[in-house]
Amino acid sequence: MGDGHMSRYKGNVEAVRGLVREREVHRDVYIDEEVFQLEMDHLFANTWVYVGHDSQIANAGDYFGTTIGSQPVLMVRHGDGSVHVLFNRCPHKGVRVTTETCGNTGKFFRCPYHAWSFKLDGSLLAIPLKKGYENTGLEESEAIKGLTPVKHVRNYRGFVFAKLNDGGLDFEDFFADSLSSLDNMVDRSPAGRLEVAGGVLRYMHNCNWKMLVENQTDTCHPMVAHESSAGTAIDVWKNAPEGTKKPMAVEIFAPFMSSYEFFEGMGIRVWPNGHGHTGVSHSIHSDYSVIPGYFEQMSEAYGEEKAKAILDENRHNTVYFPNVMIKGPIQLLRLFKPISANKTLVESWTFRLVDAPDVLLERTLMYNRLINAPTSVVGHDDLEMYERAQEGLHVDANQWVNIQRLYSQDEKPDVTAETNGTTEWQMRNQFRAWSKFITMSM
Amino acid sequence: MNSPASCLTGPPTDQQLIDFVVSEARMIDMQRFEEWLDLFSEDGHYWMPLEWGQTDPRLTCSLMYEDRLLLKIRVERLKGNRTFSQKPKSRCHHVLQTPQVDSRNESANLYQTWTPMHYVETRFDEQQLFAAWATHTLCVEDGRLKIKLKRVDIVNCDAAFGNIQLFM
Repeated sequence: MGDGHMSRYKGNVEAVRGLVREREVHRDVYIDEEVFQLEMDHLFANTWVYVGHDSQIANAGDYFGTTIGSQPVLMVRHGDGSVHVLFNRCPHKGVRVTTETCGNTGKFFRCPYHAWSFKLDGSLLAIPLKKGYENTGLEESEAIKGLTPVKHVRNYRGFVFAKLNDGGLDFEDFFADSLSSLDNMVDRSPAGRLEVAGGVLRYMHNCNWKMLVENQTDTCHPMVAHESSAGTAIDVWKNAPEGTKKPMAVEIFAPFMSSYEFFEGMGIRVWPNGHGHTGVSHSIHSDYSVIPGYFEQMSEAYGEEKAKAILDENRHNTVYFPNVMIKGPIQLLRLFKPISANKTLVESWTFRLVDAPDVLLERTLMYNRLINAPTSVVGHDDLEMYERAQEGLHVDANQWVNIQRLYSQDEKPDVTAETNGTTEWQMRNQFRAWSKFITMSM
Repeated sequence: MNSPASCLTGPPTDQQLIDFVVSEARMIDMQRFEEWLDLFSEDGHYWMPLEWGQTDPRLTCSLMYEDRLLLKIRVERLKGNRTFSQKPKSRCHHVLQTPQVDSRNESANLYQTWTPMHYVETRFDEQQLFAAWATHTLCVEDGRLKIKLKRVDIVNCDAAFGNIQLFM
């Protein structure tokens, strides 16, 4: 490994498995373009990948274009209310059929190149001057099938996931108990419904997508890497005149500087198939100010006891393998879209809790702006570390990345467990899932 | 360089408004950030919308919507010994079109200018170019012009950017 030749990994299951050891992973998982291509061909095809939220396509004919791994797809609302995911490519010449990132296409899609048209389920509706295809065997072509549908699509409480391959696990088996984090985020709406709101922040990262996913449960970096931002926020706030009300921005920044003991105590829970979350008992989101009227709305909707249970859950970051993180108490979802081995587009999506006070959305958007924007000082702190790692991993003298913090030889793959909040178990969990799903169809 | 528009004795002239905007950009380029902060009124904001034609900074996300406290945190952070994303430091450069005075409301003490600009931010080997319009809402406080709102609309505000670490 590490000599730069291509085709060391393609078709070589043993070589790919060899990249992931119990306590370390080989640098090629981050920097090797051939491994990246295998991720696109296999990992992102065998797992349930987040596509979008169904509030983005509220009405029949609404569509939204995105990618699953490297595959361009579109999500569309059918006339019968169902959500379909189609490969975004005209079967004729390959042209992307959607005109905007999102919009309404009416009752059918019409390719802007030759006006081939397709029903909302992707099937072919009409071809202009169709007699030109008489006696040409069109009925035997790929083209006549229309826009190829992604067969495995699941809308879970508004969150649409898709799996490209027939293999892999069923949706319920893949996510299992990890769906409790999505449930908690949705349940925080008195109406039990979320809507995408506020716009999406798009932030380009010159690093491998997995560095971002790992950082979501890396609880030993905030007090170090974010000393510059969160630490400065605390210092500046200290000089505010006595009696000044603590601003929302300081409430958001300050907990990043919590102690190691705080993060140890908040706990990490791992689930099978690479999912897991930080903040089992409490988190950096636990001590936000109460929003007037919100608890009363929740109590009316759920009863006081259940409302309390929903709001007492303060999970920090939940990773949905392979490339999603959600923050229930903030109503935020980050999607780490792989572009190449050393390039990742981070999309940070925010949600309105339907029927909840606007101040919650205001806080959600402030959090997103302060932490996840390309203009965010916290974002600057993190990206600097990822880019330094992307560079440093080219050192040949040591080709392994260490992930053994709080490792135990008794650690089993694909279990549910709760443990010390500073463990790197969730990173190991992700790499065990990585190894399993990337080799599944090789 | 003189302090911008010092000691106004009456309402600012158009030229004084223009000079203020030009010298504000120069102050950023020279990284005189603490003096720059003092150009903002107590309730002043720096706003960089995320959406084209955005009207609401509260329930629509922005790239930046910062009061003096948040701006102060940025300025202090840029100096920090453990601010690793500023090792090496960024530099920036403004090219302004002549600011245009769009409105003068002397009774409300509010003046608005509009300034197309190109902004370059560099760090080590990287150089990024942005095209933007700056809209300044200015007022007079104690004989000095102050910024109530500096709004920066980047032409491609909804594009996926890398780090933007200084001020446009």
